[in-house]
Amino acid sequence: MTRDQLLALLPILFSSATVVWVMTAIAIRRHHWWNATFSVVGLNLALIGCVVAYFVSPQIVTPLLVVDSYSCLYMAMVLATGLATATLSHAYMEGFDGNKEEVYLLLNLSVLGGLVLVCARHFASFFIGLELLSVPLYGLIGYLVKERRSLEASMKYLVLSAAASAFLLFGMALIYSQTGALGFADIGARTAAITAGAPHTVLVIGGAMILIGIGFKLSLAPFHLWTPDVYEGAPAPVGAYLATASKVAVFAVLLRFFVEAKAYQYGLLLDVLSALAILSIVAGNLLALLQENLKRLLAYSSIAHFGYLLVAFIAAGQFATEAVGIYLLTYVVTTLAAFGVVTLVSSPYKGHDADRLWDYRGLFWRRPYLTAIMTMAMLSLAGIPMTAGFIGKFYAITAGVEKRQWLLLAAVVFGSAVGLYYYLRAMVQLYLRTPWVRKYSAPLDWASGTGGAMVVALMLLMIVLGVYPQPFITAIQAAGLH
Amino acid sequence: MILVWLMVIPFVGGFLCWQGERFGRGFPRWVGLITMSIVLLMSLYLWHVGDYTQTLLNPSSPQWVAEFKADWIPRLGISFHLALDGLSLVLIALTGLIGVLAIACSWNEVQRNVGFFHLNLLWNLAGVIGVFLAMDLFLFFFFWEMMLVPMYFLIALWGHNIPGGKGRVFAATKFFIFTQASGLLMLLAILALVFAHYQATGTISFGYPDLLAWTRSGAMSAQLEWWLMLGFFVAFAVKMPVVPVHSWLPDAHSQAPTAGSVDLAGILLKTAAYGILRFGVPMFPHASQEIAPVAMWLGVAGIIWGAVLSLSQHDVKRFVAYTSVSHMGFILVGIYSGTEQSLQGVVIQMLAHGISAGALFILCGEIYERLHTRDLREMGGLWSRLPFLPPIAMFFSAAALGLPGMGNFVGEFLILVGSFPINPVITIVSATGLILAAVYSLMMMQRAFFGAAQSDEKLRDLNVREMTTMLSLMALILFMGLYPQPILDVTKATMAGVQTIYATGLVPPAASVAEVLP
Repeated sequence: MTRDQLLALLPILFSSATVVWVMTAIAIRRHHWWNATFSVVGLNLALIGCVVAYFVSPQIVTPLLVVDSYSCLYMAMVLATGLATATLSHAYMEGFDGNKEEVYLLLNLSVLGGLVLVCARHFASFFIGLELLSVPLYGLIGYLVKERRSLEASMKYLVLSAAASAFLLFGMALIYSQTGALGFADIGARTAAITAGAPHTVLVIGGAMILIGIGFKLSLAPFHLWTPDVYEGAPAPVGAYLATASKVAVFAVLLRFFVEAKAYQYGLLLDVLSALAILSIVAGNLLALLQENLKRLLAYSSIAHFGYLLVAFIAAGQFATEAVGIYLLTYVVTTLAAFGVVTLVSSPYKGHDADRLWDYRGLFWRRPYLTAIMTMAMLSLAGIPMTAGFIGKFYAITAGVEKRQWLLLAAVVFGSAVGLYYYLRAMVQLYLRTPWVRKYSAPLDWASGTGGAMVVALMLLMIVLGVYPQPFITAIQAAGLH
Repeated sequence: MILVWLMVIPFVGGFLCWQGERFGRGFPRWVGLITMSIVLLMSLYLWHVGDYTQTLLNPSSPQWVAEFKADWIPRLGISFHLALDGLSLVLIALTGLIGVLAIACSWNEVQRNVGFFHLNLLWNLAGVIGVFLAMDLFLFFFFWEMMLVPMYFLIALWGHNIPGGKGRVFAATKFFIFTQASGLLMLLAILALVFAHYQATGTISFGYPDLLAWTRSGAMSAQLEWWLMLGFFVAFAVKMPVVPVHSWLPDAHSQAPTAGSVDLAGILLKTAAYGILRFGVPMFPHASQEIAPVAMWLGVAGIIWGAVLSLSQHDVKRFVAYTSVSHMGFILVGIYSGTEQSLQGVVIQMLAHGISAGALFILCGEIYERLHTRDLREMGGLWSRLPFLPPIAMFFSAAALGLPGMGNFVGEFLILVGSFPINPVITIVSATGLILAAVYSLMMMQRAFFGAAQSDEKLRDLNVREMTTMLSLMALILFMGLYPQPILDVTKATMAGVQTIYATGLVPPAASVAEVLP
C-alpha cells in the first residue's frame, strides 16, 4: 500500500481509531463530557482527513474501496451529520439516568460504516459497510431501555433491517452466480454481455432483491412501513441520524453502483424506480397529513423527500449527479435542523420526547429564535424560496425537466402541494397562543451549548444555501462521478 | 443600484421593526412608516428623473430605464437582474403607497407583537417590489413564492376568526396552497422554456431579455408555446383570481387583518396582471392569441359572478372581496383584448382598483373598530351616527361603481373602448358589469349607512390619521379620474410594446423549427 493510498484512507482510519479510543476511555472512567468530547474530536479529525484525502484522490485502495472526490464529499456529509448528532446527544443525554457514554461508541461505529459504504466499489464492502452502519443503530434506537416505545422501535428495526439485509445478500448472491463478479464495474460489464438482447431472469430477480433491500434502507414506499414507528420511538438525536446519515450513505452507494455498473441502460430498472418514486411521493405526503406527532410527520416527509430525490436520480447523467448531491445536502441540513430543534426542546431527556404537535403550541412566544429555526426548517422542507429546500427542489425539478419526466414531475407538483398543508400546519402551531399548560420548552440557555450552536449554524447554512448556493454547487460539481 | 435599494430598504426596515419592538410598540410603527415612505419617495424620484419612452419592448430603443445585473448562480445561467420600465414604476409607486396605508391603518388595530407584524408586512412588500423588478425568471419565481410566507403569517396570526368562518389558519393555508401549487406549474413552464432555449442555442439562461429574444425569433413550436403559456397562465389566473379558481380570495380577505386585506387587494392581485403583461403575453404571443377568447370569457364570468355573489354577502369584507373579483375580470378582458387603449385602461384600472379597494378595506376596518362587527345586518343607519365616515364610504363606493370623474371610470371606459373592436359581444356583456356594480355598491351603502339606526349612540369619528389617509386617497382617485395623462405617458411605451408583440401573435410563426420538447 502506497503512502497516497494510506492518506486517502485517513478518514476511515481516524474513525476506526476513535471507536477504539472512545471504548478505552469508557473502560477507564465513565465521564459524559469527556467521552462526548473524545468522539467529537475524533470525528473532526476524520473530517480533516477527508480534506487530505481529497488532495490525493482519486485512489483505489484494494479492490474494495475507492476514494475519489465523490466519496470525499459524501464522507464529509456523513461525518458532519455524525458530528451534529454527537453534539445534540450531549445536551439530550444529560437527563438520562442510565449509562450515557455508549451512545458515542455506537454512533462512531455507525459513522464508520457510513464511510465504508460511501467508498464501496465492491459487493463485499457494500455489505460490510451497510451492516456496520445499521447494526449499531439497533442499539442506538433502543438506547432508552426503560421506555417501551424506544424498545419496540429497536425490535422493529432489528427484525425488518435483518430481513432487508437478507434480501440484499441473496440478491448479491444471485447476481454473482450469473456474472461471477463482485466489483461494481465488472458486474456492469458482464451483465451487459449476458443480457445483450433479452433480460435475464435470474439477474432480474437478483436486481429486484437488491432493490428491495435498498428500498427498505431508504424507506421508499412500499418498504416504508417501519419508518414512522422507528422515528417516533428512537431518541430524537438518533432520529436525526437515521433520517440523514444512514440514508445519505446508502443513496451515495446506490448512485455509484448505477454509474459504475452502467445500470442506467436498463429501462425496466428505471421504470421500477419511477414507480417507487411516485409511490413514495404520494404515500409519504398523503400519510403525513394524518399525523399528530412531529417525529412521525418528519418520517413521512422523509419518505416523500426520497421520492423527489429519486426523480433527480432517474434523470441520470452528469447533471443528475449534481442534482442528487445538492438535494442530499439541502435535505440533510434541513432535516438535521428540524430534528435538532425537537432534540433541544426535549433536552435534557425527561422520560418522554416532546413530539406531539401540541407540545409545540405557542413555542414562539417562549423561545422565539428556536422557533425561527424550526420555521425555517419547515419552510425549507416545503421548498419555499430563501431556504435550502427550494434550491434542492429546484434542482430535482430541473433534472426532471431536462429528461422530460413529465409523469414524475406531475407527482412532484402534487406532492409539494399536499406537503405544504402539513408543513404549514406544523409551523403555525408554533405561533398559536395557548393560555394553558406549557410543558415543554428548551432550557433558556439552549443556544449556549454545543447542540444549540450546531442548530444555529444549521439555520445559517439553510439561509446561505437558499440565497447564495453557487459555492456549494461548485463544490458538488467538482465531486461528480465520471 | 437604486433598484437594489428599493428592495433592500423594506427588508432591512422589517428586520429593524422586529428587533426594535423592545423600544416600545411605537417604534416598529414609525420605522415601518418611514421605510415605506422612503420607498414611495424613491419611486416618485425615479418617476421624475427617468425617460419612460425606454423599455425593452420598445423596438426603437430596446433598453431599460434603469438596470442592475450581477451574477448569482452562474452554473445555471441565473443572474440577479433587476430592471425598471414604466409599467414596473407605476406599480412600485402603488406598492409604496399601499405600504404606507397598510401601516397607517393598522396603527391601532394591531396591538400584539407589533414588531413581528411589521416584519411580515414589510417583507411581503419587499417581495412584491422584487416581483415588479425581477428580469430573471428564476428571480421572478423566487420573489413570487417568497412573498407568500409573510402574507400567510399576516392572515394566520393577526387575522380574525369570524363566526361561521372556518378560521384564519384555514384561510391562510388555503391561500398559500392555491398560489404555491399553481406557482409550481409556472416553475415547470419556466424550466421547460429554459431548456428549450438551451437546446436550441447552447447557452443556459434564465434572463428575461435572452428568453424573450429567443421566443420572438419564432423558433418555438406552436405546441410547446401553448403548454408553456398555459403553465404561466394558470399561476397568474389563480393569483388574479379568475373565476373558477377564485375561492381562496373571499376566505383570505374575510379573515385577514385590515393591513393584510389592503395589501392583498391593493397589490398582490396586481402582481398577476403584471405577470401576464410582462411574461405571459410578450413571450407567448401566438398561444396568448389562441387562448384569448377563453381568457376573455373567463374575465366576463368573473365580472358577473363576482358582482352577483357580492350581492348576497353579509360580511362587508367578503363583499369587497367579491367586488374585487369582478373588477379583476375587467383587467383580464382588457389584457387579452390587446389594443393599446385597453392595455392602458388595464394600467389605470389596476391603480384605481388598488386604491379604491384598499380604501374600502380600510373603511371596513374602521367600522369594525367602532362597531366590533362586520355584519351588514347589524349595521344600518350609520349615517346618523358618524359625521364623516359615511360620506367617504359613499365616495369610494361611487369610485368602485365607476362614476365618471373617478379613476376607475377611466380604467373601465378605456378597457371597454379598447376591447369593442376586438370582440363586441364580450364588451357588451362586460359592460353589464358596470350596471351590476352600481347595484351592489348602492345596496351596500343602503344596508350599512341608511335605514333605521340600531342605536342612537354616537360613534367616535375619524381621527386625524384616518382622515389624512382618506383625504389623500380621495385626491388620488379624483386626480386619476380627471387627469390620467401623466400616468398614461409613463406606461405608454411599455404598453405599446406589449401591444405590438401581441399583434404579431395573430400571424403564425414564420418558420416552425422541429419539435424541441414533446
